[in-house]
Amino acid sequence: MKSFSLLISQLGAGMAATVKIFFLTLVFSLPLGLLLSFGRMSKNFFVRNLSKLYISIMRGTPLMLQLVVVYFGPYFLFNMQISSAYRFPAVVIAFVLNYAAYFAEIYRSGIESMPAGQYEAAKLLGYSRTQTFLKIILPQVIKRILPPVTNEAITLVKDTSLSFAISYVEMFTAAKALATSWTSMMPYLGAGVFYYIFNLLIAGIMGFAEKKLNYYR
Amino acid sequence: MSLLEMSHIKKRFDDLEVLTDISLTVDEGNVLGIIGPSGSGKSTLLRCAVMLEKVDSGEITYLGEKAVWDGQNGRAVYAPKKKLREISRNYGLVFQNFHLFPHYSVLKNVMDAPVHVLGQSKEEAAQSAMELLKKMGLEEKAGAYPYQLSGGQQQRVSIARALAMNPKVLFFDEPTSALDPELTGEILSVIRSLAAEKMTMVIVTHEMSFARDVADHIIFMDGGVIVEQGAPEQVINSPKNQRTMDFLSRFQN
Repeated sequence: MKSFSLLISQLGAGMAATVKIFFLTLVFSLPLGLLLSFGRMSKNFFVRNLSKLYISIMRGTPLMLQLVVVYFGPYFLFNMQISSAYRFPAVVIAFVLNYAAYFAEIYRSGIESMPAGQYEAAKLLGYSRTQTFLKIILPQVIKRILPPVTNEAITLVKDTSLSFAISYVEMFTAAKALATSWTSMMPYLGAGVFYYIFNLLIAGIMGFAEKKLNYYR
Repeated sequence: MSLLEMSHIKKRFDDLEVLTDISLTVDEGNVLGIIGPSGSGKSTLLRCAVMLEKVDSGEITYLGEKAVWDGQNGRAVYAPKKKLREISRNYGLVFQNFHLFPHYSVLKNVMDAPVHVLGQSKEEAAQSAMELLKKMGLEEKAGAYPYQLSGGQQQRVSIARALAMNPKVLFFDEPTSALDPELTGEILSVIRSLAAEKMTMVIVTHEMSFARDVADHIIFMDGGVIVEQGAPEQVINSPKNQRTMDFLSRFQN
């Protein structure tokens, strides 16, 4: 019984770290992704192709490798001393940089799927470009991209486990440590339940949001 | 002074010349009907008039204010953005496919631009929006969303939305072409009542008898040129040009 409460408290601490990574990643990568999608759709040759290259690299290389590069990069590239306090920021930076690339493509698909008539109607009514985007286009884009964003959010929850690559203690790393010292599968099972419940929650919340936006078609 | 003057408008899409030297004027209180087979360039002409499409050369003037003119190299020169925005307050457009904002209620569709573009107060804009909706017979639909309306109702909302901006001239791009035949009547009667109020309008349409009844002047276009124009009875009832006759004979039966 004692070991059970230890398991819960250890995994709970790991869970808190997982939740922190999750939210910070979303808070920064969702706006950054939107900016990046603008770059990707830009008329400027350099901006467009630079954005394209960035997205291609971020999607084309493993997140674990990106994590390692962000964490050890400052030392190997600039000979900076890295402390263990840098682990958490490194995790968040790597996740934000990676997820922004995926979100950029989701935004782009949403924005490009908008019928030209919406822009034309807004233009004829005298809306400025900013007004057109914020009032007419973006709200409809958000409705369209909610399902793929839910997918990414769920993947993100599971991806947080990659933080073990730089020994940052989130839930998976905590479970692994316990499993080793106990030589037991239990901690992994517990972690699995935690991940599953977290994702159930996210799917529920996003489903609710989708329903809320169903007031129009 | 004419409300709208377009002169020597030329427009190509790559190798295809869609408008060849088109000139027309629209005077205040008049209704201009533009007819012609599909691909004749009439919709493109309308889109050029409202600056959704850029002309290659020619002049467009609203109430004496030049929006486009010929530069020294013969290419069209557009007025600065700010000036164009100012000029664009003179006109509104009703689209073939309505293009209502689906995430806004009917009322918000009509009153949002007056509030956020013209700077009207919400109360003032809501009041005039309700009046317009009433005129369109849609006051009880104010809280509905576009998807809940029939095509004819959506088109009436889009007319109200355009009128809410108090345009001096209203353009219609085949306003009944996306509607079921039994729904075209309600739109045509709305346009008729606007004509009775001396609203200046330019209407691209396939409804010949409607064009004849409502228009003060008819232009028949084919192959990017104005083939024939004049009083409605003359152009539609006794056309002189063979192409006009051929086109209209297809509508007679």
